[in-house]
Parts: sequence; structure tokens; C-alpha cells
Amino acid sequence: MDPECAQLLPALCAVLVDPRQPVADDTCLEKLLDWFKTVTEGESSVVLLQEHPCLVELLSHVLKVQDLSSGVLSFSLRLAGTFAAQENCFQYLQVRSTPSSPCRETPACLWPRRPVSSWCTSWLCPCEVEPRGSPACRGVTGPRVPRRSWITLKSPCAPRPPPSSPVFSSSDGSLWETVARALSCLGPTHMGPLALGILKLEHCPQALRTQAFQVLLQPLACVLKATVQAPGPPGLLDGTADDATTVDTLLASKSSCAGLLCRTLAHLEELQPLPQRPSPWPQASLLGATVTVLRLCDGSAAPASSVGGHLCGTLAGCVRVQRAALDFLGTLSQGTGPQELVTQALAVLLECLESPGSSPTVLKKAFQATLRWLLSSPKTPGCSDLGPLIPQFLRELFPVLQKRLCHPCWEVRDSALEFLTQLSRHWGGQADFRCALLASEVPQLALQLLQDPESYVRASAVTAMGQLSSQGLHAPTSPEHAEARQSLFLELLHILSVDSEGFPRRAVMQVFTEWLRDGHADAAQDTEQFVATVLQAASRDLDWEVRAQGLELALVFLGQTLGPPRTHCPYAVALPEVAPAQPLTEALRALCHVGLFDFAFCALFDCDRPVAQKSCDLLLFLRDKIASYSSLREARGSPNTASAEATLPRWRAGEQAQPPGDQEPEAVLAMLRSLDLEGLRSTLAESSDHVEKSPQSLLQDMLATGGFLQGDEADCY
Amino acid sequence: MKLYCLSGHPTLPCNVLKFKSTTIMLDCGLDMTSTLNFLPLPLVQSPRLSNLPGWSLKDGNAFLDKTELIDLSTVDVILISNYHCMMALPYITEHTGFTGTVYATEPTVQIGRLLMEELVNFIERVPKAQSASLWKNKDIQRLLPSPLKDAVEVSTWRRCYTMQEVNSALSKIQLVGYSQKIELFGAVQVTPLSSGYALGSSNWIIQSHYEKVSYVSGSSLLTTHPQPMDQASLKNSDVLVLTGLTQIPTANPDGMVGEFCSNLALTVRNGGNVLVPCYPSGVIYDLLECLYQYIDSAGLSSVPLYFISPVANSSLEFSQIFAEWLCHNKQSKVYLPEPPFPHAELIQTNKLKHYPSIHGDFSNDFRQPCVVFTGHPSLRFGDVVHFMELWGKSSLNTVIFTEPDFSYLEALAPYQPLAMKCIYCPIDTRLNFIQVSKLLKEVQPLHVVCPEQYTQPPPAQSHRMDLMIDCQPPAMSYRRAEVLALPFKRRYEKIEIMPELADSLVPMEIKPGISLATVSAVLHTKDNKHLLQPPPRPAQPTSGKKRKRVSDDVPDCKVLKPLLSGSIPVEQFVQTLEKQHGFSDIKVEDTAKGHIVLLQEAETLIQIEEDSTHIICDNDEMLRVRLRDLVLKFLQKF
Repeated sequence: MDPECAQLLPALCAVLVDPRQPVADDTCLEKLLDWFKTVTEGESSVVLLQEHPCLVELLSHVLKVQDLSSGVLSFSLRLAGTFAAQENCFQYLQVRSTPSSPCRETPACLWPRRPVSSWCTSWLCPCEVEPRGSPACRGVTGPRVPRRSWITLKSPCAPRPPPSSPVFSSSDGSLWETVARALSCLGPTHMGPLALGILKLEHCPQALRTQAFQVLLQPLACVLKATVQAPGPPGLLDGTADDATTVDTLLASKSSCAGLLCRTLAHLEELQPLPQRPSPWPQASLLGATVTVLRLCDGSAAPASSVGGHLCGTLAGCVRVQRAALDFLGTLSQGTGPQELVTQALAVLLECLESPGSSPTVLKKAFQATLRWLLSSPKTPGCSDLGPLIPQFLRELFPVLQKRLCHPCWEVRDSALEFLTQLSRHWGGQADFRCALLASEVPQLALQLLQDPESYVRASAVTAMGQLSSQGLHAPTSPEHAEARQSLFLELLHILSVDSEGFPRRAVMQVFTEWLRDGHADAAQDTEQFVATVLQAASRDLDWEVRAQGLELALVFLGQTLGPPRTHCPYAVALPEVAPAQPLTEALRALCHVGLFDFAFCALFDCDRPVAQKSCDLLLFLRDKIASYSSLREARGSPNTASAEATLPRWRAGEQAQPPGDQEPEAVLAMLRSLDLEGLRSTLAESSDHVEKSPQSLLQDMLATGGFLQGDEADCY
Repeated sequence: MKLYCLSGHPTLPCNVLKFKSTTIMLDCGLDMTSTLNFLPLPLVQSPRLSNLPGWSLKDGNAFLDKTELIDLSTVDVILISNYHCMMALPYITEHTGFTGTVYATEPTVQIGRLLMEELVNFIERVPKAQSASLWKNKDIQRLLPSPLKDAVEVSTWRRCYTMQEVNSALSKIQLVGYSQKIELFGAVQVTPLSSGYALGSSNWIIQSHYEKVSYVSGSSLLTTHPQPMDQASLKNSDVLVLTGLTQIPTANPDGMVGEFCSNLALTVRNGGNVLVPCYPSGVIYDLLECLYQYIDSAGLSSVPLYFISPVANSSLEFSQIFAEWLCHNKQSKVYLPEPPFPHAELIQTNKLKHYPSIHGDFSNDFRQPCVVFTGHPSLRFGDVVHFMELWGKSSLNTVIFTEPDFSYLEALAPYQPLAMKCIYCPIDTRLNFIQVSKLLKEVQPLHVVCPEQYTQPPPAQSHRMDLMIDCQPPAMSYRRAEVLALPFKRRYEKIEIMPELADSLVPMEIKPGISLATVSAVLHTKDNKHLLQPPPRPAQPTSGKKRKRVSDDVPDCKVLKPLLSGSIPVEQFVQTLEKQHGFSDIKVEDTAKGHIVLLQEAETLIQIEEDSTHIICDNDEMLRVRLRDLVLKFLQKF
């Protein structure tokens, strides 16, 4: 911790424990916590606490102060957890802190068991703390771990269990037993997060894990049971489906039902990719349940019971649940499932994409989930290169995609274009895909969308067309489309020159950079002309991102002309220098010819810092490259820098040489050597807002909110 | 209070409400689904249709609901809620002996006239050489192929009315404005409220001083072109009659408009034509507005839009002049000044063209690919028949159904086999069940009355319990030809007091906050209004000579006895009897209504009940009077 911050810390701690002082908003506390995490990663927490006793004071006092805001309390507990994650620090806190502090209440014997630190770090963190002053927080006797732990797990609006609840009456038993009890007596709304927390722990009794997983699966099991006509796959339905409280929550109201299902789906989505997720993972049941939830949402599920009938009515048209289920369905694509269920999943996705009732946000999720399923589909060798289901699916998908590309709502057109881009990026080489795509009108529609009135859509259309064109998919190969195949570059260039919005122009620059990198026909045909044209257009652009992307394109061109940038990793195996594609003089002449120096030097004095930075990096790279050709100067005698120097003021003023490329390479080189690029780079590295972003500034802001910074007041006189 | 339900069609209602002494008809919708049983009427000779074998049905096609339930000549007024719900008006005003008044807003009347005019025009311009009605005979109908033999009550099907009948019917309409209070015979007051569904569409409030019935028919909470729905005025209703909800509760209008545009663009881009069978007013305004924004973005600016209807021109122009009936956004355009609907600009830029029929100018201007809006949505008559014949054979073309009134599959039946694509995008902006549930929570009527279709999920989606009205107490449902006794009794009537009579009253406070006064007056009732007038002065002693004139012969005013109030405290009463009157053998019994005090020796009973006291004693008038006076002592008099 730097001394400036250390100096401010005591005052800040005083503000935090003082309920009369207004505390800055929660985001400040979050930032503060993040900063502490960074600090504890860098230095020992014990040393930190020893050097700053005010922190121990804060942790001890915070539980004693009346009327403290829940935000501060939550922050303090999480801070305690952050410190206590280191064993020696945990012990230090136990000794130092007052009896009511969190660590004091955790039996020391529990520490070596790994979970306790996780309690402090992982469990404390995601959960909000119950506001102070509630009976749950006060006057508790006996071993306190469970209570305190439980409190920290509660969500802020959780209803309090009755005092006779087993959570409270436990007087003995291990931590795990208490957690197990908590798991069985909390309502379905609150036990989900607890179950997820348990399942994320690496070392935890198997029985508890099993219990937690069952708890987590309960809502989906209910849904499945309420709609399944015949006995379903084993696993999910065994023993879990009859939980009355879960059913009650699902039936209570539309919002409680949607809330429970959304949380459950989100928890499972979080769990799915983790290595410690329960095994065996009931992939088939989850897939079945998720498909069922989606069918309930679109009103097509057939209920098998009165609960099912009720769910049909509650979930029909529920966009929130639909989105959560689509997200989870996408995640489930990472596992394997029975063919029949995969077919069902694809069918429900297609219906969702097809349905006129799907809202734009649902469509976006449906596109994302579909993409994940398509990309994860097994590629089996055989008559088809995309697996047995996919070709048929694509034949049905493209008409839907066509319709979506014509949708009056721009968000829908945008998601459809993004989907198209991603799909062709991954599958552009697959014959089945190419065939289905070129047989459809999708490429023509995407081309049409380059003229869309909405700039986001134009940008996505640019990206999509760039991608399609890279793979020769932007127009059918038949002769009547020859013109369409050729005019794309000009069309994109036109957008770059005249489009009034920044997004499409940025997209064009990205496409051109990709094209140059990948040797796209339009770029490779006459690379110098291509680069010159693009750089000229980019240099006039008012959008700094376009100019920055221009430098990216210039860098690619440099790499292609002078050889790739050298690796900076000291341990990398040194490769023999790749001989440049052409002699240096010619290469430099080419760079001059395309106007790269003009562009780069102008950018060096750009008023937008990232552009100047990027240009600085580019010129440094160029200088390093050239340094290896020291023979140049000797060969040509002393350079004439006059013309370049004459241009310098114009560059500073942001003007380009007219016409571009009239510099002598030698003059430019001399200029390059004479500039203090390193100095410039370090100046630029310090951002204008680096002061605002520093932890010191954060502490000052928080103190200022509390009116604690006397210095500011003094300024007033 | 009774409701006579003459229509079983929930969106084409026809109910008669008997309220106080008035008979009010609520809407008179015309169910035209029976036309689907007929062959299309082609504008141009169609070899295919005319060569079909078998039955030739030449009758008209209107369907009028049952009238035996109530004598329609007794209907005092007809309240119209929107132009779709007045299409049967000529049948009622011209053929039933109806002599009352019809109330409707101006846009309703004007656009309703256009719809009727179009209907008559469509039917009359293809005159039929013959007519047959023998098939209506039940015995013959039974022999007809399905679905004809299953059609119900074909005997009630009527020929289409004439323009003369339309004009005569419309002349009986009196124009009203939103929130205008209209007195009906002094008995009830009716008020139209904006319902948000169509230009000039209204819900109605029918109220007396102490009762309020709301009639909600065809309402919408979506922001389209009409003025938003007035919900607040529906509060505190005793009964809310709810009809005209969306016919496609699962379809979201926004999604359907999206579907409409996408399919239109895909078809036109491929060189195909789009046919939109529609009514000449209503959703078409919104579709044109949507296309106005969409065609440029979709690169379709050069594709002509054609609107073909005998009333196309009037409809487009009328929509622009009803500014006060439009939503706020459109109203404010008028002050700019700009036309409220952008179809004016479409017409100006030649993107939208309108024609009375396919004959004449249209044939010269006709360019393909194009988009044609034309009627009738049933595909049985109107210019649409021609386009179905013309474009049906090519798979490049698309017919997009946007009106929800007819089953599109049935509408298409006579055109099969059909190569053209068919898209079903029903756009119905009327209330769905979620909106109804919110509305009912908001306005909290004591009772809801609705067609039986709304009290159960649709037959095809029997598991969708969300697709029905869910309210407490459960809605009373009606079906066609039912008479419903509405579930509340009238208890009060308002009576006015003349000022001089009111001056003479001397109220006496009998409880804090409650004062009473006795009134002696003459009740004067005229035009369902009641008035208390001062009683005539006591008759002067007549001079023997002068004969009484008839007008002087007023009832004698007797000397007024004081009125009693309060209750007798039994214990105190008994104590007084014992102490002051010397009775020693008093027995008190409790009864269901009060008490009986028994004076055993005197063989006398005193029955004390909440609203009466009886002294029963045989042959002892003295005792009775004593006891009466005692009872009176315990009561207040004024």
C-alpha cells in the first residue's frame, strides 16, 4: 500500500463505522474491496493489518455499531473474509478482534479444514447481509459459526425463520451438519444460493453435496414432473419432486415462479462448466427440463397434472424465464445428450426463432443458444461433414434467418447478422453449410442491410459481409452474380468514406484489416493500392477508433512488408530472422507510397490518446526493424530531412501531405530517429484520468462524501 | 335488471339491457362467418368457379341473431361501441318496428357507413340472375354435403341490405362525443368513453343515481392511432359487461406486424406480389404507417402499394380529419400542421395509390411486383376474389391475412389447390386476458358479466388456464338466446325536495351525526323524476253556498301523530312496571326477534321487537293505555 493511501486509511475507517456519516454509494465500497483484494495479493495480510490497526478496529467495531448501513456491514464482513483467507491472518484476527467479530466466532479448530476460508471468501462475497438490528444478528449465544455464517448467506429481503428454527437451536454438531440443516429448512428461494455455494466447494462431504444438488434441482424436477406424460429419465425425478414448499413457490404467483426458475437456471448454468460440478451430471434430465420450461413459455407444453396446468398459465409468454432457459440451454450444448433430446432442443430453438411472438431479446438469446448447439455438434466423418441432424436443421434455419433479416425491429436484424457472422466464421468451410447458405437469399439480404437506416445494423452487416466475402460466400458463384462479388470492396469503401455513424466505419476498418491479414483477393490483388486507399479514407475520419484501426491495418502491412514483429518473450526460442519480403529501400518506398508515414506521424500527434499511443508503438516497431539495416545510411550518404521537417508542423496540425507519399524514405527515417519516441510513449502511458482511477483518489472521494477532508474546506478561504 | 343476449359471438355482440324503465340495445354486430359457406362472387367471369358442379347458392349472406327473445320494437335506444359492431343496424332499424334513437360517435358513424357501403357495393355489383331458398328447408339442408348440413339456423340468414336501408338506418343515429352525458327519459344517463380500439370507438356507462352499469366492448390498451382508453371512469360499477376481447389471445400484435413486414419484404424481393385481404378502415392505417417506416429501410421504396376499395379514398381522407379522436401524438401533428397519418405522404410520393375497383385507372397503373390491400377478408366477395384467382397459381406470391374475423383456412378453401404462399398474421389489438385481469383489478366492478367463451380456455388450448377471465366473484357468463337477471337489486331512488319545503323542515338529531325530520308533502313524479312539493294548505271551511271545484278536492291533511324512534330497554321497562305500577309477577322471555314481557295475573303480553311493540290484553282498555303510555315514555318522539 502506498503511503498516501495509508495516510487516508484511518480517517476512512472512522467514516465507515460512523453511522452518522454518509457513505458513498455501493460501487465505491465494491471498488474499495477490489483494491483491498489487489493489495492482499501483493503483500501479506497480517503485515497489512499490523501496519494498519485501524482495519482491525473497523472489523471489530462494525458489528457493535447500531444503525450501520447494510452496505458497510456487508463490506466489512467481506473484507474480513478477504483477510481471513490467509491462515495466519485468520489467527491474527481471532486473537485481536473483539468477541463479536466474525472470525472470533469461528472455532479455530475449524480453520485447517479448507472450507472455512472458503466460507469467508466465497460465501461471504456473493451474499448480501441482513440489515443490522435484526434478532438474527444479535444476542445469539452458543457456538456462533453457523448462525453467523447463515446470516451472511441470507439475501437482504429474506424472511426470518422462526426462533425455533433448527438453524438457531443447534447447540452442537459440526459446521457441515448445521449447513445441512440450514439447507433443509430454508425456503426454496434462499436455499438455491446456499446449495450452489456448497457445490462450488471442492472439499465437502458427499452427502451434503448430494443434498445440495437435490435442492438445486428441485424446481426443475417439479416442472418436469408436472408435464411429463410417461416416466422420464431417471435422476432428476428421483425423490426430489415432491417438495411441497418448492411447488408452493412455483404456484404462489407469477413473479415467485419466474424468480425461482430463473435463479435455478442461472445457478445450474454457473455450475455446469465447473470441474467440481456433481458427477454424474444429469445432462439428459436437465436438457429435458429446460426444453419443457421453454415449451411452457411458448404455451406448447402439455400439462400432466393440475400443477402443470397452473404452470402453463403462469409461464406462458414469460420472457424472463424464456431468456434464462435459453441461456442454460446454450450452456447444456457443451455436454452430450440422447439424440432424441438434442433433436427436441434444436426443434424448440427453431420454434423460438420462428415464432412471431418472440421478443427481440428472446430472439437474441435464441440465436446465441442455437449457435452454441451448432458449433458443438459432433463432426462425424461420413456422407455429411456436419453430423446427421445439422444439414436438415440448416435447411429449416435459413428461411427463418431470412425472415429475421427482414424484421422491422433493428435489434432483431442485428442479432441475426451477428449470428450469421459467427456461424460462417466457424463453418464457412463446411460444404453442407456453404450449400445451404448459397441456396438461400441470406447473402443478398445481408448485402442489402449495408444500407440499413440503423447504424448498428449497418455495422453488423459490414462485419457479416466481410466474413462471408473472406470465405467466398457473399454471393452465389453463378455468372449473374459476378458483379455483386466484385463490388463489395467499393461498397465498403463507400461506407467508410460517407457513413455518418462511427460503428459501420469501424466495422469496415476491421474487415479491411482482416482482409489484409488473410490475403483476401481484394487486398492481395494490389496490396499497396488497397492500403493506400484505406489509409487515406481512415486518416480523414473523425472517429478515433477508426483511426486507431487504421494503425492496426498499417501494422499488418508493416509486418507483411518488413517481416513480423519480434517476439518480446525472453524465454521464447529465438527464431532465425525471417528475411524481409523485399529489400529495405523498396519496402520503405512502398510504405511511403501508401502514405503510411503520413498517417502514422499525423496519428502521433492525435488528440485522442489511444491513437497517439498506437502510432507511437507502430513507429517504435518500425524503428527497431530498420535498426537492423544500419547499412542504409552508409549506402546513401547523409539524409535530407528538410522535406520531412517541413511537414512536421502540418502533421502536428493534423494535416496530411498532399499528395500522400511524396516523402523521401531517408528523410522519414531520419525523422524517425530524431524523435524521442520512448519519451513520448511513457508520457502517453500516463492517462489523463490516471489520477482519478488511483486508489488514493477513491479514498479521497469517499472521505469527501463524508465531509472528512478538511483540506478541501481550507481551500475555500 | 335483465340482460337479453342476442348474439353468441363474443366480438360481435348484441345485448339488450332492461334498466329501470328503459330498454337499451348494446351494439348490433353482424356475424358474417356464414358467408364462408358460399362460393366467392367473382368480379370477372371465373371459368373455374362457374364450372363447379352441384349446388348453386344464390342467396344473400347476412346473419341476424335471434329476435324471438325480445320484441325489438320495444328497444328505446341502441348504443354503438365501434363501427364493426353496427353492421346489423339496418336489419334492426328497418325491419323490426324500431322507433328509438341510435347513439354513436361521429367517426363510428362515418366509418361504419363506409364499411356498409363497401359491403353493399361488393354484393350489388355482381348481381345474381337467380335466387334460391328451398335449400333452407331443414329437410333439404340435412341432405347437403358437410359443412353445409351442419350450419345452424340457416333460416335466419338474410339477404344483404340495400344502400337505401343503410341511409335510412344511419339517419336514426344521433352523434355523441366522449364523456357527453345523455339523459334517457330522465331514468338513466348514458355516457360514451374512449375505448382505445378504433377511431371513435367507445365503451358506455349506463347509470342512474344509485346504480352504474359499464359496457366494455372492443377496447385496447395498446398505443395505436385512436385516443387511449378511459379506464378511470369505469370505476365503481355495479356490473361490468365485458365483450370484444382479442380473438387471438396468443398472438402479440407487435410480433404479428413484424411477421407481416418480414414476409412482405421477402416476397416482393423475389419478384412476388403480396395480397392483404382487409377492411377499408382500422388496422390498415397502422399497417400503412408501419410500412411507411419500413419500406425504405428494407429497400422497397419502389414497390407500389395499392389500396382498392369502393371507399378507399374516403377512408384515407376521413382518417385525417378526425383529429380530436386520435391519440395525443397524432393530435399534436395537426397543430404543426401536418397530416396525422403518414399515409398522406405515401400518397403524395405516389408510393400508395388507391382505386375504387380493379376496373378503370387501376388496370393502366398496375405494376408488379406490388402490394395490394383490398376486401373482403372473407375472400367471398370484393376485389380480393379477383386477385386470388390471378395470383393463386404462382408460388412467388403471398397472401397475408391480418384480419382475425375469419378462419383463413376456411376462407382459402374454394381456391384450393393454391400455389401462392399463405401467411396468417392476425392483428387484433383488443384486450387480452392479462390486460383484462389488470383492468378488473383497477376498476373493481362488483360483478362481471361476459360471454361464456371467456370463462373457459379456448377449446384448442384447453390447458391454457391463463386464457380466460379470472376474477372474484367469478364472472357471470351468458350464451346466445339467454336472459340474465343481473345480480343486484335497486334499493334507492333519488327524490328532490322543493326549496320552500326543505325550508320548513326541522331536523332533530337522534344520534350524533344523524338527524331526522318528518316530511309531509306531495310526491310528484314525471319523466322518471321525483319531486316532493309542499302539501296544499288545510282546506278552508267551505262556505255552504259555494260548490267545491274539482281542483280543490285535495286529500285532507290529518293531524300528525308524532313519530317514534329508539328502542325499549327491557330491564328498565320491567323495573318501572314493578316499582311504579305495582306488578309483581312479571316474566320476561327472549324470542328470536326480541322479548316478551308477560304480566301473568293481568293475562297481558307485551311483545317488544326491533321495529314493533304489541300490547295484547283482552278487555282492559285502561291497562292497555297505561302500558302504551309507559312504552311511549321510553321512546323518542318527534
